Amino acid sequence: MTAVPVATKPVGVGWDPRRYFGGFWRHPFARAVLKAVLTVWVTTTLTFFLIRLMPGNPVELKIDELIQTANGALTYDDAKAIASGLFAIDLNAPLHEQYLSFIGSLLRLDLGRSFLSSGTTVTSIILAVLPWTLFSVGTGLLLSFVAGIFLGLLAAYRRNSLLDRIASTGGSLVSSIPNYNLALLIILFAGVQWHLINFTSMRGAYTSGLEPGFTPAFIADIFYHAALPITIYFLTPLGHWILSMRSATLSALEEDYVTAARARGLSDGRIRTAYVGRNAVLPLVTQLAISVGFIVGGAAVIEQLFAYQGVGKRLLDSVTQRDYPVIQGVVLLTTISVVVANLAADLLYSKLDPRIGRAGGAAG
Amino acid sequence: MSTAILARPTLGQRVAGPMVATFEFLRLLATRPIGLAGFVGIVFFIFLAFVAPLFVPLRNDPSLVDIYQAPSAAHPLGTDFQGRDVLNQIVYGGRDILTVAILAALVSTFIAISIGSVAATVGGRLDTAILAITDVTLTLPKLILLIAVAAILRPTSFVFLAVILGLLQWSSLLRQVRSQVLSLKERDYVEAARSLDLGLFHIVFREILPTMRSYIVIHFILAMTEAMYAQVFIIFLGLVPVSGSNWGIMLYFAQGQGALFYKDSIWYILSPILAVSLVQLSLVSFAGALEDIFNPRLRGA
Repeated sequence: MTAVPVATKPVGVGWDPRRYFGGFWRHPFARAVLKAVLTVWVTTTLTFFLIRLMPGNPVELKIDELIQTANGALTYDDAKAIASGLFAIDLNAPLHEQYLSFIGSLLRLDLGRSFLSSGTTVTSIILAVLPWTLFSVGTGLLLSFVAGIFLGLLAAYRRNSLLDRIASTGGSLVSSIPNYNLALLIILFAGVQWHLINFTSMRGAYTSGLEPGFTPAFIADIFYHAALPITIYFLTPLGHWILSMRSATLSALEEDYVTAARARGLSDGRIRTAYVGRNAVLPLVTQLAISVGFIVGGAAVIEQLFAYQGVGKRLLDSVTQRDYPVIQGVVLLTTISVVVANLAADLLYSKLDPRIGRAGGAAG
Repeated sequence: MSTAILARPTLGQRVAGPMVATFEFLRLLATRPIGLAGFVGIVFFIFLAFVAPLFVPLRNDPSLVDIYQAPSAAHPLGTDFQGRDVLNQIVYGGRDILTVAILAALVSTFIAISIGSVAATVGGRLDTAILAITDVTLTLPKLILLIAVAAILRPTSFVFLAVILGLLQWSSLLRQVRSQVLSLKERDYVEAARSLDLGLFHIVFREILPTMRSYIVIHFILAMTEAMYAQVFIIFLGLVPVSGSNWGIMLYFAQGQGALFYKDSIWYILSPILAVSLVQLSLVSFAGALEDIFNPRLRGA
């Protein structure tokens, strides 16, 4: 009974759906899109049930709070109706209808209203802060990726040199220090002890009073305000990129096609970029995609420490204020943006590696 | 055939084998200074967190005249915002953090190994389904989810916190275990077990997983670093109801009491930062050395 099933292909005649759909789903593009949709759906469902079904859930808390503040002037059903309005959901409806209408309003990007200022929609609150997180995280992560591949390639080519030792040991040391500790050290030393950085002027996403736009002054200003978060997002994953690129390069250097290219007398520079570098970078692209989610999550504490107006700080603020519609909205929209970033990386990967398009994906 | 082959090993043989292996391991470790330092660091912090509190009396009575003192003979690591001894808090503040890290790593490693190896061995639709779930979990921004979960569930017990952390971090290990098992299951000895119809349980837990022992240990250590990071993260942000004292709570108070921007408080804040970072560094460098020792083919690669 527990025997391991041997993969047998039914030699049946007639219509086999797998012959038509199997091939389609094995296509990397379809798989990536399916994965993205699934991820968003799972988060949505998880958030829905977490907020409504858990003990001491926010919906019941809000209803209790409404009854208490009204001092008995409000019945449970009235309070429930008001709470329904706040969550943009009819709490009297059966659960599956609530769930369906929740999905429906999410598709219209309607995430309810903030508890604190009932006129503001959650979507508008998040859209005001999300760009700043995406900007700072994106910049820091891309810079560290590029620097990491460059240093990793160099370290592999000059194996066991001083540069290799510094890059690989130093990189792994910095990477294993938690990002909040790095941020704290910067604040403690550069800010408080040595007075190198003026934190008060760097708070927020940009200097208030400055007209947002594509002016050099404004762009310089947003980089000035994002400098510290970007430094952290740059340093934290850097060691990982260096080490991964170094080991990928070392194994690529032993491949036959590199030997063949050398034998054909191709220049070292060409071998380095077109043969070794290109093949070594490929697996790192997938890792880049996965790290987006991690860095965005870690951004919460960084934004809090540096008082940067991003989505992570907004999330923490709503947690202290118990503003559950905003918490729910941040979780959903952050997941969606991370998923979109992943999708982009998946597509880029299948573009970069032409083998993927045909061989049924790089599963495993 | 001959009974000698099938005879149970004597007590001497049972002890000698692991001892030789341990010696060989320590010899190999001694040639790797960074890994050795990591190993010493881990032993030190385990001793500090679990043994030292038995000998050091707890001193947490506030003394408002001694706020933010620099290190001295009476207070080797200085004092905090209430004039309490920082060294004392560091000694007492490690046990919870390390326990949660170990528990969470146990949960996530167990999930990853059992489900990952079963998925790879059984294959077919079960494998596809598990892989899809894993892929989805892998993309989720887990720290954001952790913040939301902690905000709603308000975990008061450390065991509960450990389970939450473990449930959030199994996915990347599961993928790696699965692909390892996929390559191992084609080996002859697994083929032999299969042809004897020894059952899925036997094949996975008696044939495949023992060969992955070192791999599992390494990833257990790395899972500990991940859990510790997330744990201090969530305590630092004040999302876990504060009770007692640990390194994360020290960091939380350092920020909450405004000590961060106070010049004299540096000794107080540096201690938990260093404690957390040094544990992380030790674990990572020890895991690196283990990988190097158990997988010599990767040497330098």
